[in-house]
Amino acid sequence: MASLTVRNLRKNFGAVEVLKGVDIEAQTGEFIALVGPSGCGKSTLLAMIAGLESVTSGEIWIGDRMVNSVAPKDRDIAMVFQSYALYPTMTVRENMAFGMESRGIPKAQQAETIARVAALLQIEPLLARKPGQLSGGQRQRVAMGRALVRDPALFLFDEPLSNLDAKLRVDMRTEIKKLHQRVGKTTVYVTHDQVEAMTLASRIAVMHQGQVQQFDEPDAVYNRPANIFVAGFMGSPSMNFIQAEITTDNGKPVVTFPLAGGGTASLPLFNGAAERATNRKVVLGIRPEHLSRQSSATAAKPGMATMTAPVEVVEPTGAETMAVLRFGDREVVGRFSPDDAPKTGENMPLAVDMSRACLFDPTTEKRI
Amino acid sequence: MAGGNSLWERLKRWTPILVIAPAVFCSFVYVFVFSGWTLYISLSDSTLLPTYGFKGLDNYASLWANRRWGVAYSNLFFFSAVYVLVTMAVGLLLALLLDQKIRAESFWRTMYMYPLAVSFIVTGTVWQWLYNPTSGIQFLVNSLGWTDFEFALTTDRKNAIWAIIITGIWQSAGFTMALFLAGLRSVDGDIVKAAQIDGASTFRIYRKVILPSITPIFLAVAVVQLQAAIKTFDLAVALTNSGPGISTTFPATYVYDFMFQRGEIGQGAAAAMMILAALAVVLVPYSLYLAWRRRREVARV
Amino acid sequence: MSDAVLSSAPAIDLEAGRARRRHLLSRVVIYGLLTVFALIYLIPLWVVFFNSFRPLPEISANGLIAFPLSFRLDAWPQAWSEFCIGGQCNGMQRYFWNSVMMVVPATIISTAMGAVAGYVLSKWRFKGSEIVFGMMLLGVFMPGQIALLPWAFVLGQLGLSNSVYGLILVHCIQGLSFTTLFCRNYFIGIPDDLVKAARIDGAGFWRIFYKIILPISPPILIVTVIWQFTGIWNEYLFGVVLNSGANQPITAALVALSMSGTTVRTYDVMSAAVLIGALPPLLVYFFGGKYFVRGLTQGAIK
Repeated sequence: MASLTVRNLRKNFGAVEVLKGVDIEAQTGEFIALVGPSGCGKSTLLAMIAGLESVTSGEIWIGDRMVNSVAPKDRDIAMVFQSYALYPTMTVRENMAFGMESRGIPKAQQAETIARVAALLQIEPLLARKPGQLSGGQRQRVAMGRALVRDPALFLFDEPLSNLDAKLRVDMRTEIKKLHQRVGKTTVYVTHDQVEAMTLASRIAVMHQGQVQQFDEPDAVYNRPANIFVAGFMGSPSMNFIQAEITTDNGKPVVTFPLAGGGTASLPLFNGAAERATNRKVVLGIRPEHLSRQSSATAAKPGMATMTAPVEVVEPTGAETMAVLRFGDREVVGRFSPDDAPKTGENMPLAVDMSRACLFDPTTEKRI
Repeated sequence: MAGGNSLWERLKRWTPILVIAPAVFCSFVYVFVFSGWTLYISLSDSTLLPTYGFKGLDNYASLWANRRWGVAYSNLFFFSAVYVLVTMAVGLLLALLLDQKIRAESFWRTMYMYPLAVSFIVTGTVWQWLYNPTSGIQFLVNSLGWTDFEFALTTDRKNAIWAIIITGIWQSAGFTMALFLAGLRSVDGDIVKAAQIDGASTFRIYRKVILPSITPIFLAVAVVQLQAAIKTFDLAVALTNSGPGISTTFPATYVYDFMFQRGEIGQGAAAAMMILAALAVVLVPYSLYLAWRRRREVARV
Repeated sequence: MSDAVLSSAPAIDLEAGRARRRHLLSRVVIYGLLTVFALIYLIPLWVVFFNSFRPLPEISANGLIAFPLSFRLDAWPQAWSEFCIGGQCNGMQRYFWNSVMMVVPATIISTAMGAVAGYVLSKWRFKGSEIVFGMMLLGVFMPGQIALLPWAFVLGQLGLSNSVYGLILVHCIQGLSFTTLFCRNYFIGIPDDLVKAARIDGAGFWRIFYKIILPISPPILIVTVIWQFTGIWNEYLFGVVLNSGANQPITAALVALSMSGTTVRTYDVMSAAVLIGALPPLLVYFFGGKYFVRGLTQGAIK
């Protein structure tokens, strides 16, 4: 039985349609991420699941109950906010006890639950302090603690790491993952950071302009994106898009596009993509990490194509070297190991991993 | 900042101080010199005009021995207590009502706040008419059938103070409401949502989450209302003119009376100093508290 | 089992009805209370407004709080130019103009001085500027009674006793604390970097004021003007003590009027007179309402 089912959900704010028919579901114990740029509707969707926003049309089921009109407190959910939303005038202990007190749970049981959760999150020394006396990471853990004492059917996270600095964010991300492995509750996690979505979730819903563009496992979303938006949103630096044409070369299907300084690159296609295309014009998608310097190793690998391109900018980051190359009239970003780093100005011989490249229809923007 | 040392340059650097000097001088005179002057007169033997023979605390002694001053002071205590508390309660109630996503909110707000633009003189005058039993509220209620209803507070020696209290509350509730509403709105919306998910009823959310967050505002409003109550003058003059008899005398009307009607400016000045003392009792601890709290916040960061 | 439930369409939502009824009940209570309070606030305004148009016999018969049955304008010209106050029978107009001549200059001057003072205290801080500000702040809380005798003396020395100019001076000095408070708190919000950049560009004290501070200060200036206008117009104590007779502002005239009720209370003319005294700030409020509130929440809480 699915822990959460959202069917054809629509939401209007006045004349503006913010959610245009959303269908997602989460199995018990699953961790799903709602990811997308600002304004895509993910926070609205979460608020509707929580009961903080009304439903214009569609259904929300938690467990085997339809909860469209059920008040938030009766939906058996817990939520962690971006701003943590800790009650400023209460101590950490009182913050965690507030929900249980509102339900009339006996004091002994409250104390026991708080002790257990505090131990789990390692916030025991903070119990007597007020939120104003805590650091960002500590507040985040208290917010999670407040959600955990509820022991709900569904956990909701609304961009909980956005207010933390970069290093803390990475640490807390791991903690959340460990916590989910320990506690195993169904979780819906909203973020605009696709790295968080990829590392934490078992399934990702990529949203854009009020619609779910793709709802699939991270591997599928990353390597078999449903459309240009998903392809461009997931992965950093983002996928390169090149206008190209499908032709044949000696009977084999290739995709061609102009090179800088004249001439045409001709890259063979695999995976039967050429057969499925209805148009000769396509958009070719190549991820930065699929470019590398030609070598004996790349020559031996199946699915690799070769071409050359001039290198314009080189950005070494230590662990790898990014470079901007010119394909025809476009700039393309590549990700190289520092041992084979490109040099500015060189006409670099490239190996392109065509087995992983994606083709998109230029009009529908869907993957072919 | 670098600059030459010519007279012109030096003058330019001193411009801010020169510009503010007259304002500072006037404020200094107004705040300190005038108070000192009045203090001196309260210690002098002035009657109709200021004279400067030193009389020590005699004026204060006669002040506190005067029955009328006793009435004024006890009126002030009673009035302040009821006025401050009830004005805040009514203001809070109106603010809570308006916080419930009301339609035409600015209409309601305008209705409750227009008395702020009206002088206490006007309010006192009009309410005096309303308290008149032959044409005001009592007349209305009687003519609607409840012939036993009595509401002639301003002619009732014992209860006239209530007329002042009620009218004062009517005038000021809009003010406290505006401040409380701003305070309620300043509470982080996410905290309220978290409380809703936590299972608290609306009442519990207000009691345990929202209202505790705005306790500094409660304090500030109470202080502002209290210092206004201490200065009550216009209302008492326009509504009852300290009457009937002397039953609604206030310290401020006492001052006016003794200074300008009876030619006893020494005692009047003493009464004025007592008003200043009452204000200091309210404002000095509050400003010290504010300074202490500010220092604590800075230290924490 | 779950498949059977999920595939039944459309699903019945039991909670919706219950939630809607609860919501409706609370709305009734809320709007009910708001209306009751609105009536309480409306009645005095109603009384003053309508009774200035009702003939006196009707008022005496039906009381002050009643629907007007007839309509006449006679009370207004009477109140303006014929009503007897304090021995003179020239109506309210003299006092009205006294107030106007007092309020307009005092408002403008005190606002201008406050803007400059606020500018200095917020952007040209010097050693002791906080103490200076604190002292000016005290002026806001001072009770008027402390300043009565000294002012009477000072005005006498300056030859300004019993004149509108004396009152203008009084209100300018006393209003300065208030206007400085408002303006300084507002200017503090202007980034200091703006002023620093201007100084590097070579601008001096006055140039910065005119070119940088003044163009962005209309909001606070409007708030200050509104509050000063209302406060000075509605002020009574100094008007009645420092001036006498025909030189007093309109608030003093109103008090004299309500105390001079000899035998017959001419409510119609008195209502018109009260309205003449109350309308200017009231109109300012109805047209500039939001600035009122802004001034409240900015100034009073600090």
